[in-house]
Parts: sequence; C-alpha cells; structure tokens
Amino acid sequence: MQSLTNRSVVVRKREMSFMEKLYLPAILGGMALTIKHLFKKKVTNKYPEVKRIFAPIYRGVHVLKRDEQGRENCTACGLCAVSCPAEAITMVAAERKQGEENLYREEKYAATYEINMLRCIFCGLCEEACPKDAIYLTDRLIESKYDRKKFIYGKDLLVEKIDERIDISKRKKNYTMA
Amino acid sequence: MMDWSIIIEKSILVVVLFGVSLAIAAYSTYAERKIAAFLQDRIGPDRAGPWGLLQPLADGGKMFFKEEIIPNASDKFLFILGPCIFMTTALMTSALIPWGKSMNIGGREISLQVANLNIGILYIFAIVSVGIYGIMIGGWASNNKFALLGAIRASSQMISYELAMGMAIIAILLTSNSLNIRDIVDQQEGFKWNVFYQPLGFLIFIICAFAECNRTPFDLPETETELVGGYHTEYSSMKLGLYLFAEYTNMFISSAVISCLYFGGYHFPGIDSLHLSQNVAALVSVAVLFSKTFFFILFFMWVRWTLPRFRYDQLMRLGWQVLLPLAIVNVLITGAWLTYFK
Repeated sequence: MQSLTNRSVVVRKREMSFMEKLYLPAILGGMALTIKHLFKKKVTNKYPEVKRIFAPIYRGVHVLKRDEQGRENCTACGLCAVSCPAEAITMVAAERKQGEENLYREEKYAATYEINMLRCIFCGLCEEACPKDAIYLTDRLIESKYDRKKFIYGKDLLVEKIDERIDISKRKKNYTMA
Repeated sequence: MMDWSIIIEKSILVVVLFGVSLAIAAYSTYAERKIAAFLQDRIGPDRAGPWGLLQPLADGGKMFFKEEIIPNASDKFLFILGPCIFMTTALMTSALIPWGKSMNIGGREISLQVANLNIGILYIFAIVSVGIYGIMIGGWASNNKFALLGAIRASSQMISYELAMGMAIIAILLTSNSLNIRDIVDQQEGFKWNVFYQPLGFLIFIICAFAECNRTPFDLPETETELVGGYHTEYSSMKLGLYLFAEYTNMFISSAVISCLYFGGYHFPGIDSLHLSQNVAALVSVAVLFSKTFFFILFFMWVRWTLPRFRYDQLMRLGWQVLLPLAIVNVLITGAWLTYFK
C-alpha cells in the first residue's frame, strides 16, 4: 500500500545482537536516564500553600455581576436558563418597586436565581447568552459538601458582594495574557 | 573481670547495632519514597516535619494503631510466627559485619564487630536461608491463594538465586583463602578491592542480592499488579510492618555485605596517609563503610525505578541458565588463574 504521509516505518523483527542480548548496556542507559530526572525541575505544586494558576479560559463557579453603582445587572430574561444544556438554572422574576433603583439596574429583576452545581457542566453557554453582562464563569471552585441540596447555589452565593467585586476581565473577549 | 567487660562491650555494640539497623530500615522507607519521587520529577513526602523527615515515625505510628486482623481460616500460631522469623533473621546477620577498625578505650582493644566467626559468610548465608521460612510460613498460614502464590514464588526464587550467589562467593573465597569476613575485608586494604579482580562475580552477586531481597526487577513474591500484596496479603497492622521493615533491613544488610565483600568494607585508599589516632581512624572507617552501604541502598532504589519486573519464566531462566553457568565459569577462571599465575 502506498504511504500517504511518508511517516510510516516498516516493522522489522530481527534477532538481537550479542550486545543487545547482554541487556547490560540497555540497563545502564536506562539508569542514566532515570538519574537525570533527579536533577530536573519538580512539577509538584505544594497545594495548600501554592495554588495552581488557572488558564484564562478556565470555567468555574458562576458570578452574577453588579454594575459600577452596585446594582444587579440581571433582568431575569431567562436566556441563560434556555441556553443551558443541563437545565441547571432556574429563576423567578419580579418587578422593581419604587425606591429599589439603587438595587436593580433594570425594571425587572430575579427575585430568586438558582444554579444546581451538580447539574451544571460548566460549558459557559449562559455567559454567551446573557444580553445584560450579568452572568460570568470565574476561576473559583465549588466547595465540597456533604449534602446534595447545598449544591443548589442561590443568589446569596452567586451575586457578588458590593465590597468584594469579582474580577471577570479574563473572560472578556479582548483579554490578553500578561 | 575480663569476662564481664567483654559482655558489657558486646551488649552495647549489639544494642547500638539493633537501633541503627532499625533506624536505617525506617529511613530507607522514607528514602525510597523520596527517591521514587525525585526520579519521577515529584517531591515526595514533605508534610511530616521539615522535608517530611518525620514521615517514618508517622508511618510507624499508623502501623501500630491499625486494627490487627488474624483471618479465621488461618493457622494462628504460624501466622504470628512468620513475621517474627523474618524480622529476627533480618536483624541477626548484622552481627557478622565488621563495621570498622578496632577502637582503643582505656587500654582495651574493642573490635567493632559483634562476632568474628571464622565461618562468617557461611553464617550469613545460613541465616538468610532461614529468613525465607518467615515468608513461606506467613504465606502458607494465611490460607489465601495470593499469599500462597507469593510464598511459593519467594521460596523458589530464593533457592534458585542462592546457588548462583554461593558460586559467586566461592570465587572470592578462592582468592582470599578465608571465610572470615574481617579477613576478606583486610585483604582489600588500600585499593585492592575485589570488584576489580572479580567484576563478573560482583555482577552475579549483586543481581542475586536483588533477587534475595525481593527487590525490583525480581519482586515477584509481592507483585501488586498480580498478587494483591503477595505473601503478606492477609497481614495488617504491625505484623505487616514487621515484614516491610525486615525487607528494608535485609536490603541494608545485603548492601553492607556487598560493600564488605567487593568494595573493601571499611577501607578507603589514602586513609592511612592521614595519620589519624586509632579511635578517630576507627570512626572514619565506620563512616566509610556506611557511606558505601548507603550508596548501595540508593543503588537498589535507583534500579527499582528504572527496570520493569521480570516475568516468572524469565526470572527462572536468568537464574538457572545464565547466572549459574556464568558463576561456575567464573569459579573455573579464578581457579585456573590461581593455579597458573600465582
């Protein structure tokens, strides 16, 4: 058969020469190889002290963003829930009352917003679907828990705190690695 | 008076040797894990104490506090006897090793060797052969297929490789005219190391030493991938600890024996030109022997992380069809050389 790639090698099963049958040169070669690794840089991260730096495209726990004035961006349009292939997102919409303009940016907001972290596959489609810049995936991890119900994250866990803003600049399209 | 002082002197030596053997066995486990890690670009245990130095203590403590399980179907007496024999024999061989030149304390000549038997090597071989009973009894008494397979493999492997090992030693005995280990060591003073005169014998001996210690590439008695844990599958708690510990003690002793027989023991070229006082020279000689021993322990571990395991038929073929004939040829060559050129 004609080779298309020029990379194929014909396998030859020839008798081993005397030196090869001794095995000792091969063993010494192997030992030289292993001892070289003694002086190589170790790949281990000392985990609790040193944490691995995530790639900028890493998709972890979601955050519901606020705008510069601290108002929630989410308008409970439901596009994230529709786009979600795992059907992990649910929400209940409510109308913004008089005097709540400092809490919610749009006239409609999500009264409850839940993501089931056990269902979520972290595909990031909710982020792509969101027209209001409200939901982003971050480089945070889900904490382990003993109870399945605790993996349903509500607004208390998802909405960022006003004084602890979560940096999502890595998820923006024009982000370049420093 | 004389008798009492010799008893005290030997007792101190025995206790020190006992402690040192156990400490080295304990830290061999640490060294094994560290070297395994380094050779695989990892850093190994580093949580218990600085650089993980307390890891052997943590492991030992864990072993002590684990549940002691003796299977119902086992022969209980033999089940307990197995690890005892293995550990005892592992510790007994160190009595014959000359650890250094003699010291002089208060006008008394103190030899750093517990017993200077004139049948030295034979004694070590005898004790090592008894040690295999520990594995055999343990594996058989467990009443477990895997343990029995491991025990059978261990015993047949030991018998096969002890022959070639003995043949390799005979070449040494021919040149040294003595079975006494101290004599053999003293004949290698300076740089007259046996390894230069008996390179083939050394190669055969060290390969057999690997097999005797059940070390990779000859670790068939405890192949994790085939036999769960091999002969100690059913063991738990400190009885398992004794088995694992005794294996490292065996490794330490065989490293010491290799250093004594082939690498000049406590001798080092140029050590006499330093003109040290007798006691300092003795301590230096102990340090020399220990550094040679440690090198061989590291060598054992280095090989473990280089070579894959043999198949059982390959192991037997290597032992009977390669090493034994080679050892006999080595004896013949040595004999001919001694007859015609000496």
